Amino acid sequence: MLWACVLLPQLALDGVLRRRPTAGPLVLVAGAAPARSIVAVNAAAREAGLRVGQRLTAAQALLARFEALPYEPEAVDRWQQFLAAVAYRYSAEVSLLPHAIVLEVGRSMGLFGPWPRLESLLRADFAALGFRHRISVAPTAHAAWVLAGVADGQAVLAPQALGRALQHVPLHKSRLPAAAAAALPGMGIRRLGQLLSMPRDGLRRRFGGELLLALDRLTGEAPAGLDAFRPPDRFDLRVELSHEVENIAALVFPLRRMTADLAAYLAGRDGGVQRFLLRLEHRDGVTDVAVGLLAPERDAGLLFELARGRLEQVRLPAPVLSLRLLARELPPFVPAGRDLFDERPANALPIEQLRERLRARLGDRAVHQLGSTSDPRPERAQRIAARDEGEQEPSPRPTWLLDRPIPLRGPAPRILAGPERLETGWWDGGQVCRDYYVVETAQGQRAWVFCAPGEQSGWMLQGWFA
Amino acid sequence: MSAAVALSSLLDAQQVWRGRAAPACRGEQPTGWAALDAVLPGGGWPAASLSEILLPLDGVGELQLLLPTLARLSRGARPLVLVAPPYAPCVAGWRQHGVDMRRVEIVTATAREVLWATEQCLRSGSCAAVLAWPLQADDRALRRLQVAADSGRALAFAFRDRRQLAHASPAALRLELEAAPRARVWVRKCRGGAVPAQPVPLALAALH
Repeated sequence: MLWACVLLPQLALDGVLRRRPTAGPLVLVAGAAPARSIVAVNAAAREAGLRVGQRLTAAQALLARFEALPYEPEAVDRWQQFLAAVAYRYSAEVSLLPHAIVLEVGRSMGLFGPWPRLESLLRADFAALGFRHRISVAPTAHAAWVLAGVADGQAVLAPQALGRALQHVPLHKSRLPAAAAAALPGMGIRRLGQLLSMPRDGLRRRFGGELLLALDRLTGEAPAGLDAFRPPDRFDLRVELSHEVENIAALVFPLRRMTADLAAYLAGRDGGVQRFLLRLEHRDGVTDVAVGLLAPERDAGLLFELARGRLEQVRLPAPVLSLRLLARELPPFVPAGRDLFDERPANALPIEQLRERLRARLGDRAVHQLGSTSDPRPERAQRIAARDEGEQEPSPRPTWLLDRPIPLRGPAPRILAGPERLETGWWDGGQVCRDYYVVETAQGQRAWVFCAPGEQSGWMLQGWFA
Repeated sequence: MSAAVALSSLLDAQQVWRGRAAPACRGEQPTGWAALDAVLPGGGWPAASLSEILLPLDGVGELQLLLPTLARLSRGARPLVLVAPPYAPCVAGWRQHGVDMRRVEIVTATAREVLWATEQCLRSGSCAAVLAWPLQADDRALRRLQVAADSGRALAFAFRDRRQLAHASPAALRLELEAAPRARVWVRKCRGGAVPAQPVPLALAALH
């Protein structure tokens, strides 16, 4: 077993910064109104002297202008769940620890390559999503968690090297039970190595079983006892906009982020999405924009483009306060295979994606195929997306068909072929009794026309032999 | 003159670049009409280019001109696309000409979206041929289609009114269809060759 730990030191702040990127000082505050204190600061705020734990009043004395936003514990949980779903791509065993995600990677390396390669993949994913992270790997989940807290990029790949790696970890970074961590330095024990070499009986008498269990989990003597993370079967992401948005163009940036998140989540589940809902939330009421695809997809660029295509057709009845992306059906995704001897250009857009792009802008019914039925009446001889079940017609058929027959104007045409009697439909109320002819008009057009049986006048135009 | 250099020595030293006509690959996209193939410079449709077909009226054989090509392409790997056709294609009629209708995608688009949809289809590279009926297309729009056809390696056909002949066009090939007194095709412009002086008679399928 080999566990990787992705420590997320600024989860709350990164979650906020993603939806409102700012270069100015920004802090997150928590607590009751009179005693508000800072729980997270960004780089600009730290430079100005603001610190975590400071009272908001003290911070306001230090710096005149900065943004203070409330710290939302639910948002932190939500982001952690989301990132765990992203990490699920690399391992089937993912668990959550405070401010961290641990995943079993020993078995994943066969697929993704040795640790440095897997590490760079993880780092690329988290960096692309905009979350700062520290990554380490160790034979136990808790050891990886502790090592990630000490320094970024620590890798202990062999079980026998674990003892040495833990030797010099300062006690205040070893994530032991709080009572023990507070009392031990007073006894002259400052490093984990010292603690590990102490007699267990004495430790049990003084600090109880809790400390021993924590130490055993670190070294792997006791099982980690973590709940396995299961990605939820639906995707629900909500983004509060920083101000009221009145035109669609301003929604494009958050939309790009959201569809990228959806794509990352889908990649983690190895799934696709076939239909999802964009919900534009107004002060009262919502506008729903449904995005449907012909086949499950998960490409971030494609999802964004389709969602934008649908969104651009929406007329906003009221300013938008927040944006929500809901995907309930997440069917398996089957990547399209391509032929080795494909004659298409290398950068070709697959026909499925082309269809989606056209549908997104022109409407759901804009792209279709025609198939023939076994009905001989021209009005019913073909329909959209019908399975082609007709057979070769012995009599000539035109290449263009009019939706409904219209009178043929102009001088009397010259008859080229005919008549072909069509008499049918008496059973379903759509009875026709017509003589069909192929005629040539004075302008040289060839037309498929019909008239009442035996009349050869009062021509009705049905199609063109174009 | 002592400074004079023999032409042959210059050429042998390969210091002079000699332009020569681009080698025309014969018959990459034959039209299926032997008489027309014979007069077209490439022995058929200009590959990966825009061809313009100018009509006096609908229903004068403009599809029959293309159907042999469409029948051949519908048996290939890439589908065919019709963008905003003026009428519904008659499945039975197209099948009589050998076109596999399961390979034909029909895109309905408003007059404003026709050019956009056509360009998307051409540029995607996953269509063998795109037939479009743009109502309003200027020189710039057609040039975009020409570039898209080139980048997507697709045949592009734009059907337009004969009156557009007065305006210049960036299409690689311009054909004008004449219906009366008999069906004939005038080659009005062809890239890579001289424009034939005579029209090509079009022997439309006999109908019995």
